[in-house]
Amino acid sequence: MSNLITDRRSLLKGGATMLAAAAAMSSEQLLGYAKAWAQTSPWKPEAGAKINLLRWKRFVEAEDVAFMKIVDAFQKANNVTINVSNESYDDIQPKASVAANTGQGLDMVWGLYSLPFLFPNKCTDMTDVADYLAKKCGGWAESGKAYGMLNGKWIGIPVAATGGLVNYRVKAAEAAGHKTFPKDLGGFLDLVKGMKKNGTPGGMALGHASGDANGWLHWALWAHGGNLIDKDNKVVINSPETAKALEYVKQLYDNFVPGTASWNDSSNNKAFLAGQLHLTVNGISIYVAAKKENPQIAEDMNHAHLPAGVDGKTRELHLGFPILVYTFTKFPQTCKAFTSFLLEPAQFNPWVEAAQGYLSPFLLDYEKNPIWTADPKNTPYRDVAQTANTPAGIGKMGENAAAAIADFVVVDMFANYATGREDVKTAMASAERNAKRIFRG
Amino acid sequence: MTTMQTSMPAQAVYKDTRSLWEKLRTNRNWLALWFMLPTAAFLILFLAYPLGLGVWMSFTDERIGRTGIFVGLENYEWLWNDSIFWLSVFNTLLYTIIASVIKFAVGLYLALLLNRHMPFKAMIRAIVLVPFIVPTVLSAIAFWWIYDAQFSIISWSLIKLGLIDHNINFLGDPNMARGSVIFANIWRGVPFVAITLLAGLQTVSPSLYEAATLDGATDWQRFRYITYPLLTPIIAVVMTFSVLFTFTDFQLVWALTRGGPVNATHLMATLSYQRGILSGRLGEGAAIATAMIPFLLAAIAISWFGMQRRKWQQGSDND
Repeated sequence: MSNLITDRRSLLKGGATMLAAAAAMSSEQLLGYAKAWAQTSPWKPEAGAKINLLRWKRFVEAEDVAFMKIVDAFQKANNVTINVSNESYDDIQPKASVAANTGQGLDMVWGLYSLPFLFPNKCTDMTDVADYLAKKCGGWAESGKAYGMLNGKWIGIPVAATGGLVNYRVKAAEAAGHKTFPKDLGGFLDLVKGMKKNGTPGGMALGHASGDANGWLHWALWAHGGNLIDKDNKVVINSPETAKALEYVKQLYDNFVPGTASWNDSSNNKAFLAGQLHLTVNGISIYVAAKKENPQIAEDMNHAHLPAGVDGKTRELHLGFPILVYTFTKFPQTCKAFTSFLLEPAQFNPWVEAAQGYLSPFLLDYEKNPIWTADPKNTPYRDVAQTANTPAGIGKMGENAAAAIADFVVVDMFANYATGREDVKTAMASAERNAKRIFRG
Repeated sequence: MTTMQTSMPAQAVYKDTRSLWEKLRTNRNWLALWFMLPTAAFLILFLAYPLGLGVWMSFTDERIGRTGIFVGLENYEWLWNDSIFWLSVFNTLLYTIIASVIKFAVGLYLALLLNRHMPFKAMIRAIVLVPFIVPTVLSAIAFWWIYDAQFSIISWSLIKLGLIDHNINFLGDPNMARGSVIFANIWRGVPFVAITLLAGLQTVSPSLYEAATLDGATDWQRFRYITYPLLTPIIAVVMTFSVLFTFTDFQLVWALTRGGPVNATHLMATLSYQRGILSGRLGEGAAIATAMIPFLLAAIAISWFGMQRRKWQQGSDND
């Protein structure tokens, strides 16, 4: 593949062969590719554009390296500057919000969850980028559309999601009587109870952990047929289904390792890697870290989707990573060109591989990437887009649903009951009251 | 005489020719205003304006990225019936009162100790300041490790010593969590109180103590009738600041618990941030922040009027 040089025509002719080679591209080759891409791209970056991009701080080092390589190639090929700044998960949203409110400082953000929905009228319409990518990469998963579109318009491009799936120790699960991972709610509860009894407890966050706690508690709510809002965004949290979900979560909580009410997003990673926690819900980052630092744990652990709900369907809340471009940027074409460049197969495939399963795609073609099957322990994370729901559940994603999840309405309801601070009725009533205020008018 | 007569009218003429602007420019009374103007502008721009904007916002339904419309007291009515808000008010008061009282007691004791002559005096005084120097977020992270549910050094040591058989749930149990954050706040706040009171102690003239000793006063009497009365003004100032800092604390609690478990440690400041910035509802967040103002004014008023009173200032009974 050394004849892959900066000649545009030969590159374009290269077509499919080139995509396969993309993973092995050196930065020089990547630059050549980027130059060729720039000439055919529907978006022409503004001359001398300088954009400020804010992204979440990496959890997997190789992912960040791959990302910066793409940024570098794009800068050189288009003669533009992209300043990348990193912020931890918790700081992304306030910074992005402040920029949205003041109308300066940033041009685009690669953020978390439903960030674009918090200030939809400050987000550039990305429909052209989304359509272009859909044509090129096998179309968007339904959940991708739900994560990116508001009223038929794309306000953000969901680059990927990191799946909130069950991480568990195989031997401990077997000792608790489950050779295969349980597929229903009863089996899952039995597993957690059994593991506690054997002194190899599991645990999931019930604190204000925006990723972990929101993830599995929304699953628990949906699995029992409960919902925060219905199809018309009317608050319906106060229901017998929610009550069942509350009882279920309390039983789980009683069999967790102590202290989960205080956990934040990194608590379960630490405890699992230290061998003190034997089941939790998390991204693939524990496994990636274990492969490097603690091979015995990596060997003995596996991943699984959370069990199906009472209606037999699996609905999970994963941590989406949307890119948004502010309406006040001076360089919208550069931002759009960069976004589509990121998600081109030549960039995205190697990037997904570098992320080792941390980035689950919303564009269907990327589910064919070998990373998902090379190690069977990665495979559950391939199907994240298939089970993903937005924080709105069956309702319509919008700024109200984004506000509700940021205010921990559902998490607090479960924590209030599970820790015994409130009874079922009060917990549901206070959640209902909070939600109604957020979803008013 | 003649010179006087000629010069007088001349002066009057000169006076009349000055424009109003020149008069204002040179008038001694107005001059003071000109000198104050830069400071006043600075204060208005960076203090009064943001404060006014915050208060105004609390009367609107503003969200991030979109201006709100005036909704009157709607935000406050909502908060009035919001149990989480009242819980945060309770937590804030509890946090402030307990932490301030203990900080005062420990700080005063420490100041008295440090005021004695001892070897390595300067070094010990410097060390006492350390908790105050360390950035809050750093100390919060240190405490977060100390209080960790699985890896707490305290739990670990006690288990190794055989005193307990399971980890202490520092931040997972509501009351334990409250105690833990209050302890962290005290650890951080004591040096400020101690060092400032120490400065106050050093202004007390040694001759007073000498005279008292000659009169046969006991240690307690010397403290009660010399140190304490002379220290009251500075105590009033220090405690005002201490109460204000504690009341508006944000970083420690946010880094340690995010207001959890189940909102048991949410202070008004952290709740305001969660609702205003994270959840995007600026109006409601501003209302919570504005609701802190009456408490802060009350704290300032108490110490202010206290400082005005001779009894407080001098500790004597002659009003």
